[in-house]
Amino acid sequence: MPVFVKDSEKCVGCLICIFACGRAHQAVGLESSCIKVKSQGGISRGFSVWVCRGCEDPPCARACPEDALVVRKNGGVLLNESKCTGCGYCVKACVLDAIGWNSLTNKPVICIQCGECAKNCPYKVMEFKRK
Amino acid sequence: MIKTDPLKRILYIDLTKKKFWIEERPDLFEKFLGGTGVAIALLHENCPYDTDPLSPENPIIFAVGPLNGLFPIASKTVAMFKSPHTGNLGESHAGGRSAIAIRMAGYGAIVIKGKSERPCYISIHGDKVFFRDATTLWGLEQSAGKIIRNLEPGAGLRTIMRIGPGGEKLVSFACVTLETYRHFGRLGLGAVFGSKNLKAVLVSGKRDLSVTDFKEYKNLYDMLLKELSESEKMKKYHELGTPANVLPLSFSRGIPIKNLRTNELLGIENISGEVFAEKHLGRRVACSHCPVACIHLGSLRKPYEDEPYFYRTVYLSYDYELIYALGSMLGITSSEDILKLIEVVEDMGVDAISTGVVLAWITEAFEKGIISEKQTEGIIPEWGKLNAYVELVRKIVYGDSEFYKDIARGVEHASSKYGGKDFALTYGKNEMPGYHTGYGAHIGYLFGARHSHLDSAGYAIDKEAMTKHFTAEQIVEKILNEEQWRQILSSLVICFFGREIYTPEIVLKSLKLAGYELDESNLRKIAQDIYAEKYHFKIKSGFNFDSLNLPKRIFELPSSNGQLNEDFARRCIEILKIKIRDLL
Repeated sequence: MPVFVKDSEKCVGCLICIFACGRAHQAVGLESSCIKVKSQGGISRGFSVWVCRGCEDPPCARACPEDALVVRKNGGVLLNESKCTGCGYCVKACVLDAIGWNSLTNKPVICIQCGECAKNCPYKVMEFKRK
Repeated sequence: MIKTDPLKRILYIDLTKKKFWIEERPDLFEKFLGGTGVAIALLHENCPYDTDPLSPENPIIFAVGPLNGLFPIASKTVAMFKSPHTGNLGESHAGGRSAIAIRMAGYGAIVIKGKSERPCYISIHGDKVFFRDATTLWGLEQSAGKIIRNLEPGAGLRTIMRIGPGGEKLVSFACVTLETYRHFGRLGLGAVFGSKNLKAVLVSGKRDLSVTDFKEYKNLYDMLLKELSESEKMKKYHELGTPANVLPLSFSRGIPIKNLRTNELLGIENISGEVFAEKHLGRRVACSHCPVACIHLGSLRKPYEDEPYFYRTVYLSYDYELIYALGSMLGITSSEDILKLIEVVEDMGVDAISTGVVLAWITEAFEKGIISEKQTEGIIPEWGKLNAYVELVRKIVYGDSEFYKDIARGVEHASSKYGGKDFALTYGKNEMPGYHTGYGAHIGYLFGARHSHLDSAGYAIDKEAMTKHFTAEQIVEKILNEEQWRQILSSLVICFFGREIYTPEIVLKSLKLAGYELDESNLRKIAQDIYAEKYHFKIKSGFNFDSLNLPKRIFELPSSNGQLNEDFARRCIEILKIKIRDLL
């Protein structure tokens, strides 16, 4: 579990983590991010942060009919794009909603376990621990 | 500008015909960058100078700039329209999720024209625009936003801009509220929405943008994020937020009290930023893509009077300007009472600054016998008394009498009809912001293109003037330089709170990564052009330099820079007139 949400009550909803996730995927913007920040039904109730836990037995990989998601040694998955057909089963399999979707490539955006979201968070809502 | 950048796309929406189309205008974004620069160009194109602000012909223009979506604290949207409050240039800025949502939906600007036959709201999801029925939402106070939130997709990244009853009832200083806590506050955009039967505009989208050099981009981004999060320059916005100014400004006599009748307010320390933080601060939130989180939400716990052990806790966003307008200006020294007044102002959807100044004017006019209980329908306004003010705010919106209809048009209109001009605190018909700090502030409001304290931040000039002597020429020079530079920041669109980080050097570096090859003299020229375009619009729409006057009251009460001298002020005004005319 390289990134875990320490205290989402501290989240201010600035979305800096989503942009950081985009940069980690070599992009500028929101299309190539997998982390999500959602308001808890109105901003006054604060935010929740949804990020890949780096499961050791990841349901997303099990759900992939093409074996395009390869389980990493220390948890999480790697995407083999040439195998991915864009069926979206992986997104549905993740109960944390921690897989993004790039609608241009029609492929999932998979967490690369880099911790950039946590490192960029101005309020230390998340913590990054390398296994 | 990068060729593939969707910034050049302008979304036009015609509410009368329920039609929308996209026009590509790289020319505008090359010449004026975006934001306020492109918005004023679009206003010239889309708003005939004699347009009635509440007619279907008045366009609502939203514009963002090349740095939105690229760099942190580029988090603002500029709204441009003809103001129903002043009958002239209407410009207001807001953050929330709006700027990122518009940019991510793939637009540099949105132009809304016409008038819907029935109440409607517009839902913009990327390239698709939906005209939704809002008949059932019309007349709702806070809950319209909640209903739209549940009906529409795009949660987390979208903006919902909506009006309250103030906008529906065409109060000339009605605001548009975004994400519950941010506002296009000043100059009456809410009434323009209302006049078009437009309850709300929702925008959502998601995309990637391009930069000219990704590695350079990452380096600059990291540096800016660090500066914005850690620099001393940003500390005041991080911690207590803008209310940090309450105490220093009360020490220097710069915070207006009771319609500027006095410098003394017993108990003002009870409404300081420190007290608000200690007693009420419940949460801090941020606009999209801004690490600062300057939005301070105060919690207010209210018992139900008819039901024991039943409470409701509401969160209200407080800032310096609100503590001034709905606090010190009205002689209110209880932080709970200020939050209660903020709550009704939010429910009604009216601009907090104008509302506070209107209430202060009514109070003084009532004291002086210019207006009576007959007109207020039994409400007795009195400094420091919350209940009458709460009732008055609701009356301004819902009242049917001639008096309340007049009040709903602001202090300038009310005082020209009922008298009391000498204590009418307006500048170019817009109500006074919270700084009685000196010549910089007052002359800045008077000559600012939108008559706002944010045009040129005259209070900062006044702060300098407290320890240094400035001639009239120097004050004018500073006001003009600051207002012109701000045209660049608000074209990109950088929040002014980040202005000390986004120096010309940083702006040029960021723009280079967005595909703009400019130097500082190019920037200064663009700034000047945008500023001149605004004044062109103002003059063509009937703005007259010679009818501009400072309120008499400001010369009667010492400011942070002591007693202000009318002759000196007049000299500043004369120089400004010449300088501005030279630019046109």
